[in-house]
Amino acid sequence: MADKVLMKGNEAIAEAAILAGCRHYFGYPITPQTEIAAYMAKRMPKIGGTFLQAESEIAAINMVYGASAAGKRVMTSSSSPGISLKGEGISYLAGSDLPAVIVNAQRGGPGLGGIQPSQSDYFQATRGGGHGDYHMIVLTPDSVQEMAELTIKAFDLADKYRMPVMLLADGTIGQMMEPVCFDLAIDPAPEKPWATTGTEGKRAHNVINSLYLNPAELEQTNIERYARYDEIAKNEARYEEYLMDDAEIAVTAFGIAARVTKNAVNEARKEGIKVGLIRPITVWPFPKAPYEKAAEHCKQIISVELNMGQMIEDVRLACNCKIPVSLCSRVGGMIPTPNQVLDAIRAAAKGGK
Amino acid sequence: MVVFDKPKALLDVPLHYCPGCTHGIIHRLVAEVIDELGIEGRTIGIAPVGCAVMAYDYFACDMIEAAHGRAPAVATGVKRSDPEHNVVFTYQGDGDLASIGTAEIVHAAARNENITVIFINNAIYGMTGGQMAPTSLVGQVTQTSPYGRDPKLCGYPVKICEMLAELEGPEYLERVTVNSVPNVRKAKKAIKKAFQNQLDGKGFSLVEVISACPTNWGMTPQKALEWIDSDMIPYYPLGVYKDRSANSEVAK
Repeated sequence: MADKVLMKGNEAIAEAAILAGCRHYFGYPITPQTEIAAYMAKRMPKIGGTFLQAESEIAAINMVYGASAAGKRVMTSSSSPGISLKGEGISYLAGSDLPAVIVNAQRGGPGLGGIQPSQSDYFQATRGGGHGDYHMIVLTPDSVQEMAELTIKAFDLADKYRMPVMLLADGTIGQMMEPVCFDLAIDPAPEKPWATTGTEGKRAHNVINSLYLNPAELEQTNIERYARYDEIAKNEARYEEYLMDDAEIAVTAFGIAARVTKNAVNEARKEGIKVGLIRPITVWPFPKAPYEKAAEHCKQIISVELNMGQMIEDVRLACNCKIPVSLCSRVGGMIPTPNQVLDAIRAAAKGGK
Repeated sequence: MVVFDKPKALLDVPLHYCPGCTHGIIHRLVAEVIDELGIEGRTIGIAPVGCAVMAYDYFACDMIEAAHGRAPAVATGVKRSDPEHNVVFTYQGDGDLASIGTAEIVHAAARNENITVIFINNAIYGMTGGQMAPTSLVGQVTQTSPYGRDPKLCGYPVKICEMLAELEGPEYLERVTVNSVPNVRKAKKAIKKAFQNQLDGKGFSLVEVISACPTNWGMTPQKALEWIDSDMIPYYPLGVYKDRSANSEVAK
């Protein structure tokens, strides 16, 4: 059996990135993701990699842009206010079809907000975050083990589809320690004939660019990108269903909210309430299938979130508003207790919302 | 015998620059240097936002178009991805480098990032139609300083070479211009040195080129070249602002 090590979620991300072949990390300090930078600062020089503390989040994401253009597996990490600053660069990555992995250890907002965990960047992450028509693939780990697994997956997906991928974590999963196994399958990075690595006099120059002054040409790039997004929606939506087979009530949550919710579901089952959990593992693409199915046999869906109700919009769309969807949430860095979720489940079981 | 030819590092495409603009000369100088050093195959250029935004279509080496002001950060990413192999230059205007991109250029210089920066200072935003730049002179009339740049309202023009020279980091900083044949020759020498420094692993080298924008200055090309002498150079004196290797050789 493979060895397990006890690690913080943020450190697991860093180690998994290195395993995935990431040798370039650019970041800027912000709580609560600093362990990633600290880990990279220690490890990268020992393995011939680059750790660079940039002058800002803006510079860091543009360093990512440069290293990605040069064909490298590259990563940055930040937390909510810093991710806003990276928005410009993420839009350019998307517009130039460059792969990169971006970690957001979310904290409460808006503005400077707080440093406690949150999921209030859901809209920002799933709708792109910067200007223009684009998406990132957004992965939402709910354990330290998944932090590692999804980090590796993030590099694969970024290279496969040539686009930025976000690991949408939060302060809790980043900070908590759990056993993690790194005996994971790694796909090597594919060949990148488009990369700007120097022509060596053997080919025409490669250009990495997102500027198209001809509107018809720009339109075409958008249409082609969205055709790729359709493929991703078909192939890459991931989710976990827990006790959903006979469920009359569905609770849905991702990340740390899903961990809390699972406890509440177990408690409710002890009380004889037929309740299950739908946990999206990608929130873009949003997994529609489990909600369509739930709409056939559940009377209500409860969306548990660490925000004022963001994912709930996607849940309503996914089940075509066939059944009521209610919100159970805490915000500002507060986390719902299993009892709060349990109360919401009990209320739903009684027929009220 | 060929007495004049297009440098190989420039593609044979029409440039979009206005008549009398000196970007064309500076592109040519950069391309000649790339040819002479034989580095086209391992050079990656970073284009800015501004008049030179489409430089990626003009240079024959691999090119990347950066967000406004971020070219030094992008260059850092490219350089660090393969420091022994990649020769990386940015080509940036004054709005790009001296306004929105000040943080990026200052910290690239402070890190002594081993890149070459070609900084075009023509005291105006050309691409957007002639707005006041961080380097516009006091009293200069532009679209957004219609009564002349008033230092009480918008401060004084930024002197990049002088400012960066205060840093311990950078290897080489020189200001040149291209308004006469002798000055073009000096500019080329500086640009070549800025690339050679990178090949020698010496670090951050920036050449500021005082450049003409007759269209947005509202002058004839000839008058614009004269205005560089009469108005620009008194405020932006030409010369070497830092040359660490030369100085340390003197100190020996």
